[in-house]
Amino acid sequence: MIPLETFRVALRALMRNKMRSFLTVLGIIIGVGAVIAMVAIGEGAKAQVEASFASMGSNLLIVMPGSSQSSGARGGFGTLPTLTWDDLRAIRREAPAVRYAAVQLRSSAQLMSDDQNWATSVNGTSPEYFAIRNWKAERGRLLLDSDVESSAKVVVLGATVVDKLYGAVDPVGQTVRIKNIPFEVIGVMEKKGQSPVGQDYDDVAFVPQTTFQTKIQGGLQKFISGTIFLGAMSTDATTRAETQVTDLLRDRHHLDSSADDDFSIRNLTEMANAQADGMRTLTTLLASIAGVSLLVGGIGIMNIMLVSVTERTREIGVRMAVGATPLNILLQFLVEALTLAVAGGLIGVALGVFTAGRLAAKFGWPTLVRPDIVVISVCFSGLVGVVFGLYPARKASQLDPIDALRYE
Amino acid sequence: MALIELDKVSKVYRMGDVEVHAMREVSLAVEERDFVAVMGSSGSGKSTLMNIIGCLDRPSSGAYRLDGAEVSRLDRRELARVRNKTLGFVFQSFNLLSRTSALENVELPLLYGGVAARERHRRALEALGRVGLAERVHHRSNEMSGGQQQRVAVARALVTRPRLILADEPTGNLDSRTTVEIMVLFQELAAAGITVLLVTHEPDVAAYASRVVVMRDGRIRTDTRQTPRQAAADLAASVRDDEPQEVSA
Repeated sequence: MIPLETFRVALRALMRNKMRSFLTVLGIIIGVGAVIAMVAIGEGAKAQVEASFASMGSNLLIVMPGSSQSSGARGGFGTLPTLTWDDLRAIRREAPAVRYAAVQLRSSAQLMSDDQNWATSVNGTSPEYFAIRNWKAERGRLLLDSDVESSAKVVVLGATVVDKLYGAVDPVGQTVRIKNIPFEVIGVMEKKGQSPVGQDYDDVAFVPQTTFQTKIQGGLQKFISGTIFLGAMSTDATTRAETQVTDLLRDRHHLDSSADDDFSIRNLTEMANAQADGMRTLTTLLASIAGVSLLVGGIGIMNIMLVSVTERTREIGVRMAVGATPLNILLQFLVEALTLAVAGGLIGVALGVFTAGRLAAKFGWPTLVRPDIVVISVCFSGLVGVVFGLYPARKASQLDPIDALRYE
Repeated sequence: MALIELDKVSKVYRMGDVEVHAMREVSLAVEERDFVAVMGSSGSGKSTLMNIIGCLDRPSSGAYRLDGAEVSRLDRRELARVRNKTLGFVFQSFNLLSRTSALENVELPLLYGGVAARERHRRALEALGRVGLAERVHHRSNEMSGGQQQRVAVARALVTRPRLILADEPTGNLDSRTTVEIMVLFQELAAAGITVLLVTHEPDVAAYASRVVVMRDGRIRTDTRQTPRQAAADLAASVRDDEPQEVSA
């Protein structure tokens, strides 16, 4: 018999009992819907984590100076300045995987406008820093190389600081006093939000690194009393950049092979990947639970197909009498189970996409419907249909035509 | 050569510990174009005979040649093929697919015979025309009277252009008027060259056949030729009286 005809017969048999067919595939619908929704939400959360890491900076690496050691008590990283300005220049010159390098000198200071004050983190840096962190000015301008060279008393404020000091007033051109020294506000950074650990990126002020050293926090001339931010050439290049900078600094610091590094490098891309991996594990777990409900749905299909075979025993007898082979009958019921399951799968996909969308809208999560998961779950429901439809279909095909015709 | 040749065919069923001999060494030959009525009370073995001739069942012993080919040892798939190509069935309870149009019911055997859609359609219409239902091809089986349903069943049986039509109590659920109408059809088919084998327990119905085989206890008791009663004439008479007429003599 022609496949199309088999399908038509199956479809008509199913449409005859619309409610029953619907209830039968409900298990599949819920299973597939759950898989789609879970994966969409999981992928959305993963994308959010990735975005929050990306907001820290693209392909970011942070080099921190080493730890101090006095009377056997070892300080943490950054307690001893080991990185020099020459190191920074060497990195810029000799590490090909590094695209940008900039210092971040950090100090907490009280800022004062005409009528308000606010303590924030004041950072001394250079223009490359903004390129590394992928951060733009919303109003005014960013620091320029000329500001650094001339030790200009200019400051770029984060959105939170502007809010605290000026409210709705445009601060560009105003004077803000840092440690009582007047600075001209030249720009406002665009809002960046929170770091992956909930720290406010916008509660910050940037001044040229040279001005920082002379006016905010005097330091050693040779050493950098802060960290170096690196931007790698690409995401793939972060590991290479890490190796190159490690080798370069060890060489410059004359560390022999047995000595520990007197600095540490944080690779943010790797941290982001680790986070994403964790998210993926969770998604897989949830999706497997949903997969179990698909199997339960399959049992529902088998149950109803068995009922259907019994109900239609006479019809099977008639079909056999007019020349249907056992294979014809087997295929007919198999196609019916398959149609049920695939239809359930498709409805489940729609339900899953809809649910994910609604949840996302309600809780402000992003969602990503993965086409491969959609295809896999529909195929899997088809497989469930075939596996669980096989037994009833076989039972139908093995009926004795005489008994089937006589069945009441 | 006879179309149906049964040679010492026996059929034994087991019901629990009891062996039931439904057929005991029945030998029967039916020539082509014959119209045979098989009679007998229930349990006489006439249904078993019908099932074996109809390739729905296989004999326990003996040989059955249909159109010269030995079919008693064929497997289920091959039997299905023989049923589809060589045989047509008409049942007492019509056995049409419910909520399905007359046309689709008649197309069913062609579907399993692998006939293309257009040809299927054409032949089904032709068969329905032959049983006088050209106007009702799209009626569903549950929208038709018993007589109409049985006509659809006859159309379904002859649409594959079979050599043999097997009718199992085809008039058992019909009133006397429609019984005559159906018998007219069978006589027409026999006249057109299709062998008809009819199982019935009503002598009035058997009267339309040209040969009557009576069975009892799994054996053939009598096998007689007769001059068939003309169903068309009876029908014309009943139309003249404008009243469903008792066909009993």
